[in-house]
Amino acid sequence: MIDLQGFGEQLLAGTCVTLQLALAALCLGLVLGLLGAAAKVSDYAVLRAVGNGYSTMVRGLPEFLVVLTFYFGATDVLMAVASRFGYDEYIEVSSFAAGTAALGFIFGAYASELFRGAIIAIHPGQAEAARAIGMTRRQTFSRIILPQVWRIALPGLGNLFMILMKDTALVSVVGLEELMRVTSFAVGRTKEPFTFYFAAAVIYLAMTSVASFALRRMEKRASVGVRELA
Amino acid sequence: MQWDVVIAMVPRLAQGALLTLNLLFLSGAIGLCLAVPMALARVSRRRGLSLIPRVYVFFFRGTPLLVQLFLVYYGLGQFEAVRESFLWPVLYNAYWCAVLTFSMHTAAYITEILRGAIQAVPAGEVEAARAIGMRPMQVYARIVLPRAFRIALPAYGNELILMLKASALASTITLLDLTGTARTLYAKNYMPVESFVTAGAFYLIITFVLTRVIAFLEKRLHPERKEPVVIVG
Repeated sequence: MIDLQGFGEQLLAGTCVTLQLALAALCLGLVLGLLGAAAKVSDYAVLRAVGNGYSTMVRGLPEFLVVLTFYFGATDVLMAVASRFGYDEYIEVSSFAAGTAALGFIFGAYASELFRGAIIAIHPGQAEAARAIGMTRRQTFSRIILPQVWRIALPGLGNLFMILMKDTALVSVVGLEELMRVTSFAVGRTKEPFTFYFAAAVIYLAMTSVASFALRRMEKRASVGVRELA
Repeated sequence: MQWDVVIAMVPRLAQGALLTLNLLFLSGAIGLCLAVPMALARVSRRRGLSLIPRVYVFFFRGTPLLVQLFLVYYGLGQFEAVRESFLWPVLYNAYWCAVLTFSMHTAAYITEILRGAIQAVPAGEVEAARAIGMRPMQVYARIVLPRAFRIALPAYGNELILMLKASALASTITLLDLTGTARTLYAKNYMPVESFVTAGAFYLIITFVLTRVIAFLEKRLHPERKEPVVIVG
């Protein structure tokens, strides 16, 4: 087995931070994705343009560059905005917050495409029927549309979550003490880069494997009641 | 945004863009060469043979590229055998480490793309080739692989664009690609928004041109098609 020379606990703590970052970015990304999809299918041309521009732009940019821009740019932008309101102190953005925002922003751009596709895939007759039996627009959305959007978009969202988990490693570069950065500390101390980066790789593999297993279970659950064509 | 700063940055960033493109095309080509034999092994009926690409793909798709890059760049130096081998001058060099890692990384994804494409070749065509007496090697070289490449082209194009974005990580091992140049510029001018947004514009332009080139190739390779057909992978 790999000899971690007492750094095991730290790696575990780093793993926890990685998971927290992934889940926080997931929550933000899902919200942004739904908003983006709503904008894309909206009746207003301006909103559609914003929604489409958002995903087109993010899909053409490296994730790493987005993370760097959010981390280093956030301070500048926030201070510029704050000074308009008469607040001139230095504002520091934590790497966790910037990382969550950047990864959520990226996730949302891809997710909005998935959600848009799922919304379109649902037969409009279903929404009409719901309206006809007297559901409000909100009820129609939460009871009829959303559960089906979830089912249709879930496999794609699962893939995105896997990518997100791997992208969390990028946030180590802006100083968040997640798995990758903790590993680099251990490497600096022990001078055994291969051992520790390999250990990190194994931990990432374990995380993505567990996630893919859980996703298969969730897909099954979400499709209860859907007839399978043998 | 201070536009004079942005304009002054353009020549430096263009140089970085050259390195980014260099890394992209070199690793894209090497990755493709690695992926062909692996995809063939992957579709093999022999379980032992298909196990190797399975494990390879599992590892490279399940771990972050950053970890893979650090494993090669920092990790390999841990072993004395590597340090004393004739390969060390190559592995000591950040550029070659990036090329090696990116090639192996993208090869894993291309293997899966090619596997899907090989399995999507209509069975009737393979049967027909066998019926007129082609040997298994001939069937692969003349029928299956040319067909599979054509089927795989759109997905390979997507993979190239993903690699373009992933190549930004080269800057973490000291290379001055587009992102690396933007980071150096930022370290000098302390203008994060200007530096990174200008670099981002470069990436968007490259992505745009790449998608056009791939769409053009697709058209050329499918003269019989009027409209692109969606391939279910």
